Amino acid sequence: MAVITMLAKYKTTVKEPGIPGVLKMMEDVFSFTPNDPRSAKKLKVDFRNIKGHKFSKDGSKQALLNLTQVPEKGGGYIFEFNNFADRNVCRDFVGKVLGKFQTLTSEQTDQPSSGKVTASEKATASIEQLSTKEMEHRMKLLREDSELQKLHKELVFGNVLTESEFWATRKALLDDDSDRTLKQRTGFKSAMLADIRPSTDGQTNKVTFSLTPEIIHQIFSEKPAVHRAFLNFVPVKMTEKDFWTKYCRAEYLHRTKNSVAAAAEAAEDEELAVFLKHDDILANEARRKIRRVDPTVDMVADFSDDYIHLSVHGILQDGNKETIDSENDFAKRTLAHDVNRHATVVLEGRALDIELRDTRAVAEALARSKEASSVDTSDENANLGRQERAVRMTELEDLQASHSLPYASLCIKDPREYFDFQQVNALKALGGTGSRTIDYSLNTEDAYYYLLQQISEVKLQGVHNPVVQSDTALKVLTGLTQQISSTRYNLGKNPQESVLDRFPKRTKDEIMLHWMSIQELLRHFWSSYPITTAYLYNKVLRLKSAMADIYQKLKAIKDVQSDFRHQISLLIQPMLQSLDAAFAHYDAEEHKHSTKNGARLNGFVQ
Amino acid sequence: MNSASAPSKLYSNDVSLLVVLLDANPFFWASSAAASGDSASQHHPTAVLSFSKLLNHVIPFLSSLLLLNQFNQVVLITTGVNSCSYIYDSEEGGAESATGKVPAACSKILLRLEEFLTKDRLLGKGPDKAVASSVSSLLSGSLSLALCYIQRIFRSGTRHPQPRGSPDGPEQYVAVMNAIFTAQRSMIPIDSCVMGVQHSAFLQQASYITGGVYLKPQHLDGLFQYLSSVFATDLQSRSFLQLPRPAGVDFRAS
Repeated sequence: MAVITMLAKYKTTVKEPGIPGVLKMMEDVFSFTPNDPRSAKKLKVDFRNIKGHKFSKDGSKQALLNLTQVPEKGGGYIFEFNNFADRNVCRDFVGKVLGKFQTLTSEQTDQPSSGKVTASEKATASIEQLSTKEMEHRMKLLREDSELQKLHKELVFGNVLTESEFWATRKALLDDDSDRTLKQRTGFKSAMLADIRPSTDGQTNKVTFSLTPEIIHQIFSEKPAVHRAFLNFVPVKMTEKDFWTKYCRAEYLHRTKNSVAAAAEAAEDEELAVFLKHDDILANEARRKIRRVDPTVDMVADFSDDYIHLSVHGILQDGNKETIDSENDFAKRTLAHDVNRHATVVLEGRALDIELRDTRAVAEALARSKEASSVDTSDENANLGRQERAVRMTELEDLQASHSLPYASLCIKDPREYFDFQQVNALKALGGTGSRTIDYSLNTEDAYYYLLQQISEVKLQGVHNPVVQSDTALKVLTGLTQQISSTRYNLGKNPQESVLDRFPKRTKDEIMLHWMSIQELLRHFWSSYPITTAYLYNKVLRLKSAMADIYQKLKAIKDVQSDFRHQISLLIQPMLQSLDAAFAHYDAEEHKHSTKNGARLNGFVQ
Repeated sequence: MNSASAPSKLYSNDVSLLVVLLDANPFFWASSAAASGDSASQHHPTAVLSFSKLLNHVIPFLSSLLLLNQFNQVVLITTGVNSCSYIYDSEEGGAESATGKVPAACSKILLRLEEFLTKDRLLGKGPDKAVASSVSSLLSGSLSLALCYIQRIFRSGTRHPQPRGSPDGPEQYVAVMNAIFTAQRSMIPIDSCVMGVQHSAFLQQASYITGGVYLKPQHLDGLFQYLSSVFATDLQSRSFLQLPRPAGVDFRAS
């Protein structure tokens, strides 16, 4: 493992100017020596005490690297570098070392150093956790896949491959995971955020409403009239703040049930009136839905969807049951209305996937998505389709003709039997019958006479005692046992079973592990050719020694006497062949290289 | 039709009725005896068995079957060239005399065999000389006899093992297949033990379709061992025993 030496400034907090000096990082320990020999701030810390590292974003004011300690000791060591390149080199090194330690100790919990960053963190001097996240990610992959872990342990800790080489071929694994986590769509919260309650300050007469982008998104989804008003008014007629002030005022008036005051204010301020009126967009939608109802009772909508115009049944908000003047045509929203509307919106799902930053952006995006969806619904073809479906569903089964036709069921034989049959023929062709039969032509009389003679022979001699000699019997039994247990008769009979499953577990695991190691090693081996740098050359040497080890092990497995020897050798043969090919290539290259060098040295062509 | 290769009935006990079809084709046995007398270099010494030796194995086998279970029943049918006949039925009572060295049942068998052979010879109307390999015994006839008997008895758990040596007669194909399918319908496994040089396609198919065992013994000296370890297994035990299977089945219609 390399040693990194870098100029750096050591500080205990970010604000400090820092003590200039030299930072040296080795495999398991790092040390800092200040330039000023009189300074007392010499450091020598074991990496085992370092739990994690944080660093500032590339491009921010300072190139910082913070090595955080074990929680008991607290604090950390902050180093500032002259440029980001230096800092990044150190950071990678630290990451590698920490990763090694973490897999050695095989910690299960998340690193405490990777401070969870929430989305609402400010951008200045932000601390990114990308590299630790990657480390975590790798560890998670290793933890989940035990085969990968075994491979990793064998190759990386055997110093055959370095960590980066190992993961270089597995970028797909690392990338996939992150993509997956982003794809999940979150829906609206089922709590009614839009039902915002203001906080009142007991002393002054102010009422404070707090709106977050999430709440705004919900309000726009639930009240399309407000959405439309926003798009129209802001920023043409009023600023966003004004808009929300008016909206909140309207909500407040509605909540306090002060209908007279509401009417008064609405008369004054026509924008305010918008918020208090019926949501006509909703009404339109409800009417359209009712028209589209499938007569075959597909309960998409019915009259009570237009709940806004229903006569008042439910409990008004705040539990007040008094009836309201009908001259005010302001929205008589009841609790039921609001809850229903909210539920509809939640079930429809979140239309936008983007992050909520700006109200304006939210509004526009929502408008765009609504446009897209409304184009689909107002289609003539859709109407036709619906009618056709209605006709189809109202089929009366009693009046239909009977559908049952006479049929003959298929008889499908197992195709494997065909292959068994072919095997028998092949055996016969090979002369499985043994010796040729010699035809004898016999006299009928003689034949019968012979048989009768045989019978009388038995009569005379009686049945032999013992019937069968013991050694013959033993021969028979062993022959039968071998025949029954022979794998020849079991192969190919069961499609679910594979040859590997019939081996004992240990053998199977061993063979699988060797196979995976060979795959990995060969992949790296063949990708290292042609050898252009010394690094590649060393790598090839390392790989070659590892491959030679495995080769020996495979040969040993092949030579073990067991019932499955034939199957095992069949499996191992291609592995050995691939290794042989790699060795041959290596030797050829070596030879070429040496003759080239030899020619160059001597100046003669050999 | 269905080609279910194993009966799905659950046998509750190990009582069995065994119908043994013995091939008594004189041409085959005589020719195999002649062949063994010939230069033995071409044949395996154990590949042929004389008829007397065969009887020496089969008769104890039948007795041992009767020993296995008190209620077991054994029936012996011979397959001749011109006819077939019931030779022995263990249910038959009757006073028999043990003649000399031979136990009672055995002597009965032998006697009947002799009678059968003489009758068979008389029935033969063919030429006086015949090539041994072209004369086949009446497998279909004996199978039918066996099946009828079984139906009459109508007991579950019946089998027939059949030692058989002579070649398949193609003229019997349809009859044999009919008998085999009947056996399959009645869920009667047909086991075959083949001696002689060639495999028998008929019997392979019969055993395969009915779910029986097909065996061509390597060491004919130990025929009794083969019979008692493979063919004596009753149907209930076969559900958990592993019996030898042929590598493949020859499905050709000869």
